[in-house]
Amino acid sequence: MRSSAMRDMMAITARPEVISLAGGLPDTSTFPPEAFAAEMHRIEKTAVAEVLQYGPTEGSNLVREQIVEVMAAEDTRVDAMDITVTTGGQQAIDLITKVLIDPGDVIICDAPTYPGAIPTFCSYEADVRQIEMDSDGMRIDLLEETLETLEREGKRPKFIYSIPTFQNPGGVTLSLERRRRLVEIAREKEILVVEDNPYGLLRFEGEPLPTLYSLDGGNYVVYLGTFSKILSAGLRIGWLVTPTPIREKVVLGKQAADLCTSTLTQDFAGHFFQSGRWREYVAELVEIYRTRRDTMVNAMAEYFPHGATWNKPTGGLFIWATMPDVLSSQDLLAKALSRNVAFVPGPNAYVDGGGTSSMRLNFSGVKEDEIIEGIRRIGQVAREQLKLYETMTSTDEMRLPPSTPPEEDAS
Amino acid sequence: MKVALLQGGRSLERGVSLRSGQRVTEALLDLGHQVDVMDLGPDLVGRLDSSRPDVAFIALHGTEGEDGTVQALLELLDIPYTGPGVAACKRCMDKSLAKYTLRENDIPTPDWVTYSEAAIRDFGAASTFAAAVEQVGLPLVAKPASQGSSLGVKVVTDLEQVPGALITALSYDDRALLESWVSGRELAVSVLGGETLPVVEAIPTESNAYDFEARYEIGAASFECPASLGEAETAEVERVALGAYEALGCSGFARVDVMLAEDGPQVLEVNAIPGLTETSLLPQAAEAAGLDFEAMVQKILDLSLDR
Ligand SMILES: Nc1ncnc2c1ncn2[C@@H]1O[C@H](COP(=O)(O)OP(=O)(O)O)[C@@H](O)[C@H]1O
Ligand SMILES: Cc1ncc(COP(=O)(O)O)c(C=O)c1O
Ligand SMILES: [Mg+2]
Repeated sequence: MRSSAMRDMMAITARPEVISLAGGLPDTSTFPPEAFAAEMHRIEKTAVAEVLQYGPTEGSNLVREQIVEVMAAEDTRVDAMDITVTTGGQQAIDLITKVLIDPGDVIICDAPTYPGAIPTFCSYEADVRQIEMDSDGMRIDLLEETLETLEREGKRPKFIYSIPTFQNPGGVTLSLERRRRLVEIAREKEILVVEDNPYGLLRFEGEPLPTLYSLDGGNYVVYLGTFSKILSAGLRIGWLVTPTPIREKVVLGKQAADLCTSTLTQDFAGHFFQSGRWREYVAELVEIYRTRRDTMVNAMAEYFPHGATWNKPTGGLFIWATMPDVLSSQDLLAKALSRNVAFVPGPNAYVDGGGTSSMRLNFSGVKEDEIIEGIRRIGQVAREQLKLYETMTSTDEMRLPPSTPPEEDAS
Repeated sequence: MKVALLQGGRSLERGVSLRSGQRVTEALLDLGHQVDVMDLGPDLVGRLDSSRPDVAFIALHGTEGEDGTVQALLELLDIPYTGPGVAACKRCMDKSLAKYTLRENDIPTPDWVTYSEAAIRDFGAASTFAAAVEQVGLPLVAKPASQGSSLGVKVVTDLEQVPGALITALSYDDRALLESWVSGRELAVSVLGGETLPVVEAIPTESNAYDFEARYEIGAASFECPASLGEAETAEVERVALGAYEALGCSGFARVDVMLAEDGPQVLEVNAIPGLTETSLLPQAAEAAGLDFEAMVQKILDLSLDR
């Protein structure tokens, strides 16, 4: 089954009775309406004409200054001049791919990777090679092997796309040692790394790790960010931090795509961040998501079948779970949808159909009772399928004549 | 005319239905009708009852929309509707029942056996797999009894693959068929008001199985309409397709999926409500017969009213 079949099946998740653990939605229900009203009021009083107008392609100065602040919260220093504001992180992925990739060029990325990046890479006809991850993120030993293989093929990857922190969909975080090594490889081999970091500030526990950008100083690392997961996905504001020569091409690309990101939403976000209230808001989100993660992990322990595995991410929005390998997550999804629950099947995060028994489960956008009920139903269909499979495959014995004559019943 | 357009629903083919519905809505508006678009939900009967449309255009696919559920409801409300009636929908939606009916009417359809999940789970039916494979032969196709769009269809080349393929098929329905694989050309014969439209051939571009992707994605499979068939071949295919349509009691329209093997056509299934998207086969066939999309939609409406 390929992408459009999935898309069509997923059409059901829009129905109200479906518990969707398939999304990647932030919980926007706790955003204070007064804060929203205050920004709108300010605009009404002072900025109506301005927000109804075009803005600069690279983004408003205010937003770019605030992005500098947001990145500083992860100990990452950037120059506002190196930032291009984009219409969501998704456009940032699109632009960097458009600028760097010609048909046939190699992109290396995590396995599994962000499902939304795959159609973008494919639309520019990139040759995508995925590197397996373990609990410490992308396996750098495998990356090095792949780079050698590519070298023998006479190919040089155009960039390495990675989500090092609270990865989507894997939920894992690249270890410090591997971060250092990755940046070193980039420098040695002069390969760009595209660091996509929507989730870094959503840390539930543990010490923050340095971004690849900060380790490298912005020489070989291009950074993608977004306000989607820390403020609002509906405002559609993301950004790219790139060295100047790339930035110029990105700006040309953006001009062709949409001239500029919405002036209204930039104004809203810029002032909201300037007020400093975002720190408190993000802290609240972290509280909510941590509780939901715990709820999900506990429900999985209770309801998932023996042999299923999953991780407990220390931040972000997703858990990656793997069922016993006789189960296909696409089959499971079909059955789960008939019980009104949805998730993202593993193959959506692979270019080559891998991840067949795995699934991505989102805990940020769903209330606790629905998380429990959703996980319970998925566990139930998985158990049913496993039981059926066992019944089918253990029947060989049923057909074989008994090796010893049945014992006489004594009674 | 006042038309209630039913689209969406809860089946796995909801997405396709939304696209069929949108295309038909545009056509109905262009034809000057008044259109009330409705999804299946708790307010359905209330909305139909209060708006009292002259006719309901059913652009639903899969369970509930294509299996007679909605049709029965419309009969209760005394609202005329497009496409086949309740009993025909039920027969078409259940591939096993459809094939029994075809056999009874001497319409060729590949050999098959049907398994229910309950029989496997509770009555030890798995011990008959070897015999079933012997009976239908290899390769065979495992598929859910009621599903469309090639969802859950798998080719089996070895007895060992039967359990896996059945798990897949049974993920979409509680019954599944193991059906003998027919090698040949894949044809779709649309029937509109009891008359066959030009035959469409689906020519897969890459893989051997003609899957969901090819069906709804422009350019993923190439279609030829009319299919290049000899006169006698065409006549035979049309005879068999029309026979299937009648045997199952269809009216209004339907699409008969046929494999044309060396020794003649074999009917795979009859779709009571075939796709009505831009690239669907019924609209293509109608076009080849000189009916553009609007004219086809009007004809479907007219047929529903003189039933
Ligand atoms: N017996 C068969 N022999 C060869 N191909 C088959 C057979 N059954 C199904 N197929 C293939 O699978 C597709 C879908 O099967 P079909 O029975 O038409 O179910 P659906 O309701 O999903 O359309 C067919 O269009 C055909 O390509
Ligand atoms: C890794 C990653 N990159 C980019 C995006 C795109 O988000 P947006 O376009 O809303 O900024 C997402 C959204 O889920 C994501 O997970
Ligand atoms: Mg078919």
